[in-house]
Amino acid sequence: MDSALIPEGAKRCSFPKFYMGIAVVGAVVLWGLLAWGLIYWKGLNQTNMNDYYGFALWIWADLAVIAVGGGAFFTGLLKYIFKIDELKNIINFAVIIGFICYSSALLILAIDIGQPLRGWFIFWHANVHSMLTEVAFCLSFYFAVLTIEFIPNILENRQANKVSFFHHLAHNMHGIMVIFAATGAALSFFHQGSLGGVAGVMFGRPFSFREHLNIWPYTFFLFTWSAAAFWPCFTLLVTKITETITGKKLVGDKTVHLLSKIAGWMITSYIIAKIIDTIYWATVTAPSLGFKWTHFYSNNALYGKWMLFTELILCGVLPGVLLIMKSTRENSKLRLLAIILGVIGVCLNRWVMVLQVMAVPVMPFDTWALYIPSWQEMATTILPVAYGIILIALTYRYLPVFPQEQELNYPVEEEAVDEPVVAPAAEPVAATE
Amino acid sequence: MKQEHNKAHKFGMVIDLDKCTGCGSCMVSCMSENNVPFKDDESDKKKSITWMRVYKLTNGKSFPDTEIVYMPRPCQHCGGKGDHGHSPCVSVCPATATDYGYDTGIVSQIYTRCFGCRYCMGACPYHARYFNWWDPKWPEGMEKYLSPDVSPRMRGIVEKCSFCYHRYQAARDQAYAEGDKDNIPEENYQTACTTACPAGAIVFGDLNNPEHKVHQIVKPDPHPDPRNKHVVGKSRNPKVFRLLERLGTNTKVYYLSDREWVRKQGDNYLEGEWDKIKNHHGDTSHG
Amino acid sequence: MLPFCFEWVWDLGHVLFIGGLLFAPIGILGAGLTYCAVKAAYETINDSGESHH
Repeated sequence: MDSALIPEGAKRCSFPKFYMGIAVVGAVVLWGLLAWGLIYWKGLNQTNMNDYYGFALWIWADLAVIAVGGGAFFTGLLKYIFKIDELKNIINFAVIIGFICYSSALLILAIDIGQPLRGWFIFWHANVHSMLTEVAFCLSFYFAVLTIEFIPNILENRQANKVSFFHHLAHNMHGIMVIFAATGAALSFFHQGSLGGVAGVMFGRPFSFREHLNIWPYTFFLFTWSAAAFWPCFTLLVTKITETITGKKLVGDKTVHLLSKIAGWMITSYIIAKIIDTIYWATVTAPSLGFKWTHFYSNNALYGKWMLFTELILCGVLPGVLLIMKSTRENSKLRLLAIILGVIGVCLNRWVMVLQVMAVPVMPFDTWALYIPSWQEMATTILPVAYGIILIALTYRYLPVFPQEQELNYPVEEEAVDEPVVAPAAEPVAATE
Repeated sequence: MKQEHNKAHKFGMVIDLDKCTGCGSCMVSCMSENNVPFKDDESDKKKSITWMRVYKLTNGKSFPDTEIVYMPRPCQHCGGKGDHGHSPCVSVCPATATDYGYDTGIVSQIYTRCFGCRYCMGACPYHARYFNWWDPKWPEGMEKYLSPDVSPRMRGIVEKCSFCYHRYQAARDQAYAEGDKDNIPEENYQTACTTACPAGAIVFGDLNNPEHKVHQIVKPDPHPDPRNKHVVGKSRNPKVFRLLERLGTNTKVYYLSDREWVRKQGDNYLEGEWDKIKNHHGDTSHG
Repeated sequence: MLPFCFEWVWDLGHVLFIGGLLFAPIGILGAGLTYCAVKAAYETINDSGESHH
């Protein structure tokens, strides 16, 4: 029914089967939209946030999706600036994942603010001293960059590409993509960092506060670094899930191994820096403010030392080592374990830097405050996940996303078919020409 | 101990915890003065709006040695590190919806500017900031008792104690009218909680004005604390302390108590640390 | 925030921050997209012109 839209030579499941699947995920989207509607209609009292938890599940989700969605920026950086050509096999997908993550982050922020109609105040009445202002600026513009990087891929759809204007537009955008990518790289560096700065500058919160290098707290650099370290894990994980669902191999082993290797070294270097930062904070920063570091990990039901161990060792050092060593990196099961641990690790770090910060008592007579999100918060947090699944499904079905799909899955058919079917699907979209 | 009378005011208060009975008059008068709305269910205190909140502290000892103290906690109107006006909340607000008044030392909240991101609430260690989770509501008829000098707040924004700023504005207007705009007499500007306290536990005034009682009790040290350069305005009165002073928030709300265990509750100390520094008050307080 | 509006201050923070993170990206992205669109429109017109002859 929709075969005219499917890339030439690509094999996709039947129209009813595909849209049955979309309908199931669509139901989850509707659930999320219902919660969103309730929140806009009745207000943030629909959440379980309170005056202790002004920042909660949503801000965590924001930080987490941006950390794992950093792939588009780093793939672009490595491909265009460091000229690692191998990454052309995954750059389209990285851009799509980035687009989903960043649009999700903006969506969640739009739900999260108490007066959504005043959201533009952050631009119009900007306080240049606030890390959140920097986040908003860079996030919005980087999302614009991602949209620009995504558009040519959409225009390469078989039908869209027949329109002369779209064909030329996509071609021209390829032509100057390096300018967009460079702008995106600069913006992305700043907002990944400023998201870390959000927690690090709060000098009233000794759990998150860090010393500064000039105007930037150490968390600024650690957040950028961790996003750079963990994005390949998420990109590979989503690729693996997509491959499992489609039953096809979509990205070649060489690219997967390269990404894993990058992740291994970046995670290991990051986790060393993070451990040094933690030790310095625990032995110098916190004591100078009157706190023994164990204060932040005791006398409550959830936040114990196990959390620190899980974040740093189990989901930091371990995946780093597994991905550095060739034997474990090229073992598909151990690699999968490592990338899952990595994704958990970076999400846990973001959780700690938002939720635990709010939970810890600072005044000596104050108490720990724990929090469980309401169904409305959960539904609106799952909403972007469902939307992401739908967008990946649609792009996989209708756009030439994976340049290697043909050669990895139907190497023999190339000879059997008369027309050269590989070409449209094999063109890396964001490549400069 | 001579001090120049600065032109800029620095309004602050000192609360005598030994006088406070925990009656809650300050809280009630504050809510009434500042049009704080009601909720159907006020049982969840983490969602109730209490600009002035009274905490109950104990010395942790069992009967008959138990002692209790009530600690009223308004917004602390922090001056931030080095007292430069970069309060924890002011410095993080992305839309400049909360501002530091360099002429008064008061941290303001611009209700029509706030878009409800709540970053300021996360940054405040005193939980002095409150979010309007609901639309403001008053029992029928009670809206007639709302103060015309204070704007009610809408759903989805943050609010907090303003040191009854509208009373400052009225006092300033009066001073202008009387031709001496720089001189606001102490009694012309007093917060609602101060005037309502039956025990007279709250003293409010200009910390920069040596004639004001609050200055005389606190004796603020204008120089940075040699032990922590971020701390400015440390009290030279051995019985006076501030909440979480070590963080460098430089609050303008001081507390007074004869009892050592109460003073110790004002900040966090490592083991053995309190005994070393409990007698340290503004170092430059000689003469 | 625009220069010369009542909240604007001519200091390094405002010039670098607002200039570098607001106006520069708007300028670069806007100019880039305009260039692509105008060039594509021009090429489209040329294409159709060629096909007539």
